[in-house]
Amino acid sequence: MQTTFKSSKWLPYLLLSPSIIIVFIFFIIPGAESLYYSFFRLNITGTKKYFVGMNNFVRLFQDSEYIGSLVLSFSFTVCVVFFGLGISLAIATVANKKLKLFNVYRTLLIWPYALSPAITGIIWALMFDPSIGVITNILERVFGITFTYFNNSTHAVIFITITATWKMLGYNIIFFLAGLQGVPGEIIEAAIIDGAGKWRSFWRVIFPLLSPTTFFLLVMNTLYAFFQLFGLLHVVTEGGPGRATYLLVYKLYRDGFISMNVGYASAQSIMLLIIVSSVMLLQFKFAERRVFYGT
Amino acid sequence: MRISRKSWSNFTSHLVMIIVVFVVLFPMVYALTVSTQTSKEYFRFPPRILPGTGSPDNYRDAWITGNLGRLLFNSSFISLTVAVGKIVLSIIAGFAFVYFDFKGKTFFFIMILITHMLPLPVRIVPTYMLMTHFGWVDTYWALTIPFFASATGTLLFRQLYMMIPTSLADASRVDGVKPMQFLWYIVVPISKTNIAALFLIEFIYIWNQYLWPLIVANAEATRVIQIGLKQLIDTDAAVDWNIVMAGTVLAMIPPLIILIVFQSSLIKGLSLAEEK
Repeated sequence: MQTTFKSSKWLPYLLLSPSIIIVFIFFIIPGAESLYYSFFRLNITGTKKYFVGMNNFVRLFQDSEYIGSLVLSFSFTVCVVFFGLGISLAIATVANKKLKLFNVYRTLLIWPYALSPAITGIIWALMFDPSIGVITNILERVFGITFTYFNNSTHAVIFITITATWKMLGYNIIFFLAGLQGVPGEIIEAAIIDGAGKWRSFWRVIFPLLSPTTFFLLVMNTLYAFFQLFGLLHVVTEGGPGRATYLLVYKLYRDGFISMNVGYASAQSIMLLIIVSSVMLLQFKFAERRVFYGT
Repeated sequence: MRISRKSWSNFTSHLVMIIVVFVVLFPMVYALTVSTQTSKEYFRFPPRILPGTGSPDNYRDAWITGNLGRLLFNSSFISLTVAVGKIVLSIIAGFAFVYFDFKGKTFFFIMILITHMLPLPVRIVPTYMLMTHFGWVDTYWALTIPFFASATGTLLFRQLYMMIPTSLADASRVDGVKPMQFLWYIVVPISKTNIAALFLIEFIYIWNQYLWPLIVANAEATRVIQIGLKQLIDTDAAVDWNIVMAGTVLAMIPPLIILIVFQSSLIKGLSLAEEK
C-alpha cells in the first residue's frame, strides 16, 4: 500500500471526520439502540421504558402475523431470486453473441433500473386493473381466469412477485451477458469436441465459470427482495388483502409507526439484522474464495 | 452452409433480444400511452398503443391536483444534494485511506464498511427518534444529512486510488505539492468516471426512496414525488388511470434522463466496483 504524505498528522482524520461522524450518529448509535430497545417496552418518545428481557422476541414467535410474514418473505425472496435469475440466465445464454446491436439492447434493458418499486407497482397495477388492465383482459378473454390481486390473496402474492421480478430483469440480463462474454469461446468448443452435449457443456463448463456473476446477482436480488420493496406494497397492496402481502419490512412499519410498538418493532429490526448479516457473511466467504482461485 | 447457419443463429439472437427488450420496456411505454389518452380512449379493448388526445388535460390535472411542481422540486433537491454530498465525502475518505498512514486506519475503514450491514429497516425506529430529538422531522435535514456517508463510494474511490501509480504521488511530493493540491489537481480529475457512476447510482437511489420520506417528511412542504403518487392514486372515486400515469411519467423522467446521460460511466464504474 502506498502512503506518501506523511507530513501531516491531523489531515487524514480531518478528511475522514465527516464520514465517520455521520456513520457514528446515524448508523452505529441507532443500530445499537435497536438492539437495546428490543429488550424494552417503550413509547415512541422514549420517555416511558420497561425492561422486558427477551419478551419481545418470544412474542414475535408467538405472533402468527409475524410468522406468516417471515414465511412469506422467505418464499417471496426465493421466488423472485429463482425466477429472476433463471429467466435472465436463459435469455442471456440464448442471446449470447457479439452482435452489432447489443449496445442498443443493453442501453434499453437497463431502463427499469431507474424506476422505483412504487412507480413499478403503479404501472403494473394498471396492467392488472380488473376493468381496463391489458393482462387481466387477456387472462379473462383468452384463459377465462379472473385475476383480482386486491381481494384474492394468492393473486396478490403472484402480483407482487411478477412486478418485483420484472423490475430486476434487465439488470440481471446485462450482468449475465457481461459474464457470458467473459467465457472464452475455445473452452465451449473444446467441451463440445470432447463430446459433451450443449446442455451438459452448459452446466459442467459455462455455469461454473459464471458463478461469480451468479453469486453477485444472488446477493443483490436477495437484498432487493427483502429490503427494497416497501414502496410497492405501500402504494399498491397496503399489505393486503388481509395480511397476504405483509413482507417483513411492511410488518415492521405497521408495528413501529402505526401501532407505535417501539420495542416490538426494534426486535423485528434485530431479526432483519440477522438476515442481512447472514447474506453479507456468505458474500464475504465467497469473495475470499474467489480471490484464492484467482491467484 | 456454415455461413447460413451462423446468420440463422444471429437472427435468433436478435429476435430473442427484441422480444426481451419489448417485454422489459412495454410497461413503461404503456404508462406513457395511457397518460396521453382520455378516459374514453383507455377504456377500449384491445388497448391502443398509439398516443391519444388527452395529454394536455391529463398532465395539467396531475400537476395541479398532485401539487407535482413542489414534489418534483423536493425530490430533485434532495437527490442532487445527497449525490453531491456522498461524492465529496467518499472522495476525501478514499483519499485519506490510500495516501496517509495513521492510527486507527483499519478501525475507521471497518466502521464505514459496517454501514452495509445496517440498512434503514435495521435502525429505523431509533433513527426516527433521533430526528424528533434534533427537530428535523418534516425538514430537508432529515432527508439529506443522514445519507451523506457512503461505503460503496468510499470503496469505489479507494479502489481507484490504489491503482494510481505511486510514482505520480512521489513526484508530486518531491516537487513540493501539498496533499490537498494533489487531491484537487490530480486525484479528482482522475476520478471522473467513478464520480459519474456514483452520481447516477445515488441520485436514482435517493429519488426512489419511499419508507424514510414517508415516516420522516410527509408534510406538504417536504413531501417527495414517490409519496405524492400514492395520494394521486388514493381517491374515493375510481382511479383516473390517465391522470395517475401522467404523474407517474413525470416522476420517472428525471432519473431516466440521469441514467441515459451517465450510462456509459455506469457500466465502466460498476465493473470496477464489482472487480472488488
